[in-house]
Amino acid sequence: MNNDIVLRVEDIHKSFGDNEVLRGVSFDVRRGETKVFIGPSGTGKSTLLRCINQLTPPDRGRVWLDGEEVTNSGARINYFRQKIGMVFQNFFLFDHLTALKNVELALLKVRGMGKAEAREKALNELRQVGMEDWADHYPAELSGGQAQRVSIARALAMDPDVILFDEPTSALDPELTREVLEVMKKLAGEGMTMLVVTHEMGFACSVANEVLFMENGVVAEQGTPDQLLHDPQYTRMKDFIGRIDSRLGD
Amino acid sequence: MDLAAFTFDILLPALMQGLIITLQLIACSAPFGLAFGIAIAVGRQYGGGAISWLCKTFVFLIKGTPLLLLLFILYFGFPAIGITFTAFTASVVGFILCNAAYNAEYIRGALISIKDGQMIAAQALGMTRWQAIRHVVLPQALRRAIPGLSNEFIYLIKYSSLAYMITVIELSGAGKLVATKYFLYTESFAAVGIVYLVLVTITTVAVNILEKRVAIPGTTRGTTAAQL
Repeated sequence: MNNDIVLRVEDIHKSFGDNEVLRGVSFDVRRGETKVFIGPSGTGKSTLLRCINQLTPPDRGRVWLDGEEVTNSGARINYFRQKIGMVFQNFFLFDHLTALKNVELALLKVRGMGKAEAREKALNELRQVGMEDWADHYPAELSGGQAQRVSIARALAMDPDVILFDEPTSALDPELTREVLEVMKKLAGEGMTMLVVTHEMGFACSVANEVLFMENGVVAEQGTPDQLLHDPQYTRMKDFIGRIDSRLGD
Repeated sequence: MDLAAFTFDILLPALMQGLIITLQLIACSAPFGLAFGIAIAVGRQYGGGAISWLCKTFVFLIKGTPLLLLLFILYFGFPAIGITFTAFTASVVGFILCNAAYNAEYIRGALISIKDGQMIAAQALGMTRWQAIRHVVLPQALRRAIPGLSNEFIYLIKYSSLAYMITVIELSGAGKLVATKYFLYTESFAAVGIVYLVLVTITTVAVNILEKRVAIPGTTRGTTAAQL
């Protein structure tokens, strides 16, 4: 990890009707960094990710990728979206295409790659997530964990500068969660820049460079996993983690 | 003249000629009816503003008026504004408009049924809205629209007989001419009915084969009952 800032998010605001979901969120992401967002449901974590790639355009605030403004970029947004990968809670694989074709599609249609080259790259990405043997299977034939790994391969194929993970394991049972988290851990280890919204505290503590605790539409507390575990000043984050633990009967 | 001689020497040759016209009407109408139907459904669902309103109004007008009226306007009315169609062309134009309007509704229903996540995921990869529709949403929606579209195709086979009302001697018209000339109504119309039944049966079988071929593996349609 170096100090080169790849993504800058500045003062993002977003309301849905009277409901102000994001109330001024700012942070910088350095290349190779993994930032994990935790916090109670409904505090705007997923909306924040969608504001970054403009799937949900923010009401106010700006986003820069590699020094170029993503917000208000007009048609160029499609260029930025290639550079900002996204992985969804419910995978959103293209149901009518095989795993391989899911990964290939944007290479062919967005990047304009030739068939042979796209196929080779797609197979390579599937190998990265351990899914090359399932290349010819359709989404409905895959387990949730397998489907999520294919969707990670699909995001990787665009050679993104950063990948946004929106609760990637929330739809999975513990066993399948583990196989997806392992892939993500591997990516983090290889220097992929990642923003992860998750409730997996174990993952947050072992992989994150920084944990951001969101509450009521703002980043309430932020720090390294070590700080949040051992520094007494992080009271609200501790409360939240305590609530998760007690829910688990710890 | 006995019935066999009437059937084989007079009725069947006449019906064969009519059948050829009927098949020509269908072949000229169905592909455009499908293409325009897709365009109208997409325009209404994704066009926004004026385009959406235009598509909606077109469907409303076609759905709200008898096809026969449309044929009369095209064939008898249009010459008054300087557009003269042959009876065959007027029929084809009418069938395309009618077919497209109803197809559009089947396709729109299927488009709505595709979950938003498909479009969101496509756009997140950098696809334009149009690319997402073209490569992700439509291929799935068209599969789901097949039962409705095939129904509409079967209607087309049958309402192609309305062309007779503007002087096109297609299958029904050919039957009518023979029937009135020889006063053998039941025999003639029964034979016509059998030919339509055969056409519809062929269509039904073909659609079943098509549905199986394009079914997505792992989904209900793509799994045989025995596997479920």
